[in-house]
Amino acid sequence: MRILWLLAARDLRQAWASAGLWLPVAFLLLVASLYPFAVGPDAALLGRTGGGMLWIAALLASLLPVDRLVAPDMQAGVLDQIALRGVGEELVVTARLIAHWLGFGPPLMIATLPAAALLKLDGATILTLELGLLIGTPALAALGLLVASLTAGLRSSGALAGLLALPLAVPLLIFGAGTLGDGSGAALKFLGAASLLLVAITPFAGGAAIRAGRE
Amino acid sequence: MTGAALRLSDVACLRGGRMLFAGVNLTLEPGGGALLTGPNGVGKSSLLRLCAGLLPAFAGTVERSGGVAMTDERLALDGEQGLRDALCFWAKLDRAGPGAVAGALAAMALTGLAEVPVRMLSTGQRKRAMLARVIASGAGVWLLDEPGNGLDTASLDLLGEAVAGHLAAGGVVVAASHQPLPIVAPVTLALSDYLPTYPADAA
Repeated sequence: MRILWLLAARDLRQAWASAGLWLPVAFLLLVASLYPFAVGPDAALLGRTGGGMLWIAALLASLLPVDRLVAPDMQAGVLDQIALRGVGEELVVTARLIAHWLGFGPPLMIATLPAAALLKLDGATILTLELGLLIGTPALAALGLLVASLTAGLRSSGALAGLLALPLAVPLLIFGAGTLGDGSGAALKFLGAASLLLVAITPFAGGAAIRAGRE
Repeated sequence: MTGAALRLSDVACLRGGRMLFAGVNLTLEPGGGALLTGPNGVGKSSLLRLCAGLLPAFAGTVERSGGVAMTDERLALDGEQGLRDALCFWAKLDRAGPGAVAGALAAMALTGLAEVPVRMLSTGQRKRAMLARVIASGAGVWLLDEPGNGLDTASLDLLGEAVAGHLAAGGVVVAASHQPLPIVAPVTLALSDYLPTYPADAA
């Protein structure tokens, strides 16, 4: 447990030092401010489609930090040095997942507020959107980390990461954006299930990928 | 330091479809040191990674006890941090005592650079920083890959003293180098003697 927090604290500090934390936030705000230019300033149309658009923006924003999550530490030998100390790769990935979500989820949720204002979303929609993001961003973080682990040893991993991650993110997008037009709460439950699944398999799949990539 | 030991029995290594070496035997009890020699590409680094458990052995067994510390060509210290803080991260993972990092910095003559960001260090200073991480780890088994690369004469002497001190304290050292090192090691393993022999009819 001590090791988990030690690793997570380092990962969070590294993310902060590389200034990578602002990238998804800036991306989300940029997309939200460009969207009205593309579809026109019709408030009714923006209000109806804006929530789903923000979900797409959040999904794409989660791909931005992928190439700094695992590959630099693998190349610098940090992952090998951690393995030498008998720490399992699953623990390393779990720590990374915690750190990555802390640096990605809450800032994205905060950035959603001004973005929602730009798109003239009403209060109830914003609340549903934030609740959906609270449940969905751990899964987006897990997916990014999983893809980062899988592609860490490869060249031009960034493009490959997008191709790998986006199909896997389809359930998140369906249920996440589905919460906005669904009064029963079923979509929220499905989103939670998809999120739990991704968060649960990422430490094992990512750990196995890092082990397999070692040579 | 008690119980440091490293035992290789009949170890073979297969990399990229090519057998690098086979039949390597090595037994190091506390205080035992070994020097791996041989030309580039003979498999020195692979053997060290095998000893560390980072590579699976193709054949044979590797046993080690007493914790492992390793240096290779990769720094594995966070560039934006000061040298002391970067070393302290690993010392905390190693559960090394509070004086371990200060002692290691002193042993490698890096005390004056403790606050300097790691990315500003020169090649030789980086190498010494890696060695300081090994010293601070308190591990019993030291695996040093080309520890003398980039070091000046004074630093090479520091390396020799650190290794001698570790051996005297009952540690185990395996150092790989293609050039002479100021390390007194009872065992010298020339890896080119362990090239695999194939049957005459093999292609």
